[in-house]
Amino acid sequence: MNWQPVCQLDDLIDNAGVCAKLNQLQIALFKFIVQGEAQYFATGNWDPIGEANVMSRGILGSVQDELVVASPLYKQHYSLTSGKCLEDDSRSIPVYPVRLVGEQLEIQA
Amino acid sequence: MTKQMTTAQSRIVVVGNGMVGHHFVEQMVEALPQAHITVLSGEPRLAYDRVHLSEYFTGKTAAELALTDEARYQSLGVEFHVNAKVVDINKSDKTVTTESGATYSWDKLVLATGSFPFVPPIPGHDQEHCLVYRTIEDLEAIQHSASQSKVGVVVGGGLLGLEAANALKQAGLETHVVEFAPQLMGVQLDEGGGALLKRKIEELGVQVHTSKATEIIEAGDNNRYQLRFKDGAVLGTDMVLFSAGIRPQDALAREFDIEIGPRGGIVVNNQCQTSAQDIYAIGECALWNNFIFGLVAPGYQMARVAASHIAGGDLAFTGADMSTKLKLLGVEVGSIGDAHARTPGALTYIFENQPKQVYKKIVVDAKQELLLGAVLVGDTGEYDTLLQFALNGMALPENPESLILPASDGAAPAIGAGALPDTATVCSCHNVSKGDIISAMDGGACDLGSVKSCTKASTGCGGCTALLKTVVETELEARGVEVKKDICEHFAYSRQELYHMIRVEQIHSFDELLDKHGSGHGCDVCKPTVASILATAWNDYVLKKPHIGLQDTNDRYLGNMQKDGTYSVVPRIAGGEVTPDKLIVLGEVAKEYNLYCKITGGQRIDLFGARLEELPAIWRKLIDAGFETGHAYGKSLRTVKSCVGSTWCRYGVQDSVGTAINIEDRYKGLRSPHKIKMAVSGCTRECAEAQSKDVGVIATENGWNLYVCGNGGMKPRHADLFATDLDTETLVKYIDRFLMFYCKTADRLQRTSVWLENLEGGLEYLKQVVIEDSLGIAEELEAQMAAVVGTYQCEWKTTVEDPEALKRFRQFVNSPEQDENVVFVQERTQIRPATSEEKQAYWSQQKIAVLDATHSETTPHTEPA
Ligand code: SRM
Ligand SMILES: Cc1cc2nc3c(=O)[nH]c(=O)nc-3n(C[C@H](O)[C@H](O)[C@H](O)COP(=O)(O)OP(=O)(O)OC[C@H]3O[C@@H](n4cnc5c(N)ncnc54)[C@H](O)[C@@H]3O)c2cc1C
Ligand code: SF4
Ligand code: FES
Repeated sequence: MNWQPVCQLDDLIDNAGVCAKLNQLQIALFKFIVQGEAQYFATGNWDPIGEANVMSRGILGSVQDELVVASPLYKQHYSLTSGKCLEDDSRSIPVYPVRLVGEQLEIQA
Repeated sequence: MTKQMTTAQSRIVVVGNGMVGHHFVEQMVEALPQAHITVLSGEPRLAYDRVHLSEYFTGKTAAELALTDEARYQSLGVEFHVNAKVVDINKSDKTVTTESGATYSWDKLVLATGSFPFVPPIPGHDQEHCLVYRTIEDLEAIQHSASQSKVGVVVGGGLLGLEAANALKQAGLETHVVEFAPQLMGVQLDEGGGALLKRKIEELGVQVHTSKATEIIEAGDNNRYQLRFKDGAVLGTDMVLFSAGIRPQDALAREFDIEIGPRGGIVVNNQCQTSAQDIYAIGECALWNNFIFGLVAPGYQMARVAASHIAGGDLAFTGADMSTKLKLLGVEVGSIGDAHARTPGALTYIFENQPKQVYKKIVVDAKQELLLGAVLVGDTGEYDTLLQFALNGMALPENPESLILPASDGAAPAIGAGALPDTATVCSCHNVSKGDIISAMDGGACDLGSVKSCTKASTGCGGCTALLKTVVETELEARGVEVKKDICEHFAYSRQELYHMIRVEQIHSFDELLDKHGSGHGCDVCKPTVASILATAWNDYVLKKPHIGLQDTNDRYLGNMQKDGTYSVVPRIAGGEVTPDKLIVLGEVAKEYNLYCKITGGQRIDLFGARLEELPAIWRKLIDAGFETGHAYGKSLRTVKSCVGSTWCRYGVQDSVGTAINIEDRYKGLRSPHKIKMAVSGCTRECAEAQSKDVGVIATENGWNLYVCGNGGMKPRHADLFATDLDTETLVKYIDRFLMFYCKTADRLQRTSVWLENLEGGLEYLKQVVIEDSLGIAEELEAQMAAVVGTYQCEWKTTVEDPEALKRFRQFVNSPEQDENVVFVQERTQIRPATSEEKQAYWSQQKIAVLDATHSETTPHTEPA
């Protein structure tokens, strides 16, 4: 899989998500400032339990040591690194590798 | 111990279904399940909570006061008859007969006939509008009479008399209390306490006349009647309530030769047996050791004893504690044991703070080792501690006065619940000791709620609620169970503590709070909570950069997210008043953006189905037409519902619409622990349903009555009457204080109703804080509200004017396309979200359409497929 540009750094919002479209996929992009340092994450935008494209509008946070995003519909937590749903083993969202090249955000999808 | 009665033929008849008779039934069913119990109630209903009878006036219904109902008795196998006054006891045939002629046989007969109010034989006492205070029917009569009266007099200044006076005052009457003795509450209080109580009550607007003997109730000049006193003075009144003491209901015993005391009361022994074989007496009709107990807790003890004896057990009644703590007309009063220092050699310590109106006295034995009694007026904070000293004979500290001196003067700290012996009674109504609580906890009850339900502690008069809570919490802590008030894993603090830190340390952002007081990276619980507190405290624009990531999706996009990820649009329609032009704009906007329209339950119009990227354009149009955001998405003020009021309605007495609009405009935008709803009705017909709101206002001839802490929703609660006949300025002042105090102290997502129910001291305490400013914070609360009111901004207006903010309302940051998963179908000529089957059908049709058009593009990618 290739690295593909998805958006510019200033499209992102500190400690929140936005959504980008890549080859018909909806991707949620998060900029999470952890201990003063920005970390970037990309997951699917589809909420498999709420059945709507809303993950980018969830709240970021941590559960124990795991960085997570909470579904804005029914509040389940998904790991930003593994995509696993913490409340329901059988559910997960896709996660994609992210990197910053200059001002451009790229993901592998 | 003799096992006398274990046969299935045990027929037990209980005469009277008051609080004690009912408690007996419950105990008996448990102690001897095979017994056949028949309950004969002289009232038209089954047992209800007489102790909380006065709440009938603040909106509790007869059903809510009920202690049992037909279904419950049926399920217990208890036979019952109401309106069944017993008029005959046949001791040799072992039967009783009721007024209607029905006869019932018994093996054991239990008299639980309670007492009746004593009405002094003053000439004129038996006229219309001369009433007593004992049953629900009495209260109905009082309510009826009060509605045709302006002035009311209570004859008798004891505990019940003052409760009755409160009821008259709440009904809006000019209220007087007439007491024969030189002081109020002579049974429970000493002279000093009585004098202070009188002063405080007079300040509340109830006039107290002590040392007054009423000679006649005659026709009045300006009022329906007047009371003429022995000293010649007269007092005009429209109604009279007698509360001059109670007399045991011993008529049956008198007539059928069961021993009674010289001044009445059915004589019983330690097993509650009367002089007649197989006949027991319990509760307020029973005379034990020459003493009648006019409280429910001793009656419950008697009920347990009689049930135990009938079942072959060996409980005994050995007297009961008559200590009381209550709030009368909002004044705290406590009396313990030997309040009058009648024990030989007794010594007293008295502390009085006249400016603060607090009076405290303790009575100790000659050696100053034991506490014998106490009187507390104005502040009962030490009541629980003192009671435990008195009840358990615990050794007093070296300087007993430290028990009542204010903390700054070196007072001893309250005895921790840990220091209580296991035998200490925590709840006297249900005879629950600390030991019982501990064994319940050993048995698995691991929180206050389950301890309550398995021991019944604190489900009687409620006087032990605070003590029970400390005992349970102390015990949990001792077991290493943390009593968690932490809002989440990131902050080891309650919402109230966070609120305090933010205010005191002037914290303005989540990161700053997390740095100083938290750990980890926050979550969907603490972030919105802190965002809400920051908004209450500083009222910044909620979408200011550092706050964006804290907001729930609804606040972040200033709309309520629907099941398909679209949003609803709810402009404010203050008070429900809207012009034709504005209605037209709503219709035009809905039409242009194809939005589903619905009138909400809150008197406004909701437009559903707006896509994220459409929100700014929709709102720009609405704002141009003069609309503002309705905060339907926020934990904040929702709507102030109104009825049409005096402007149009022929019954209205005040302008309810105008007041609703003013109130809505004042509090709009206030962020709070949970949503807040209000309503204003123009008269007592209450068409705006104000009594189901967090803040309800009902017009009266003289101003406004204020109700607080009601809601509909999952667990409806009627609002409580908080203050009466307020002018508009005072009304607003009280609401300011009330709301800010709620914001300051409530838990996250705690509606005002639940908050009040958890507030120690309850409604009376809330009144003290808001009306009497007992904490001295009223000014601060008003100033904080003024700051919120003064910094209001329409969040949508700010947003549509800010190009940076608008960028966030793009569906995709890198594409102008729409979310193809949002699909609508038509129903009743409007849109609704498609079901997943309908979406599949829609997409395959599109596919065909696309192929038909021989486009090379594929269908939109759909993740659910
Ligand atoms: C739109 C509306 C229903 C309607 O079509 O009429 C509605 C819709 C919702 N209500 Fe409501 N409630 C609406 C009036 C009510 C009322 C009636 C009233 O206000 O007179 C009640 C009962 C009264 C009360 O609150 O005391 C009501 C009790 C609730 C509750 C239960 C609250 C409780 O304390 O038990 C919730 C759940 C919650 O808040 O946690 C709730 C939550 C919701 C939510 C926010 C559920 C959600 O998370 O999606 C709905 C959002 C709809 C939206 O997108 O706008 N809604 N909701 C009404 C909007 C009124 C308005 O103009 O703002
Ligand atoms: C307004 C008010 C406030 C109070 N506040 C408190 C308080 O804060 N704390 C406290 O401890 N106590 C309080 N009390 C006192 C408490 O209510 C009584 O102690 C308790 O109700 C006594 O219960 P009981 O069953 O003995 O009598 P009751 O409750 O009076 O019941 C007796 C029942 O027997 C019925 N009856 C009588 N004769 C017959 C007959 N011949 N046949 C059939 N039925 C008959 C009566 O109609 C009545 O229903 C208060 C009382 C009142 C009125
Ligand atoms: S009652 Fe339930 S379904 Fe209806 S609007 Fe309120 S929250 Fe939604
Ligand atoms: S003492 Fe009355 S409920 Fe506990």
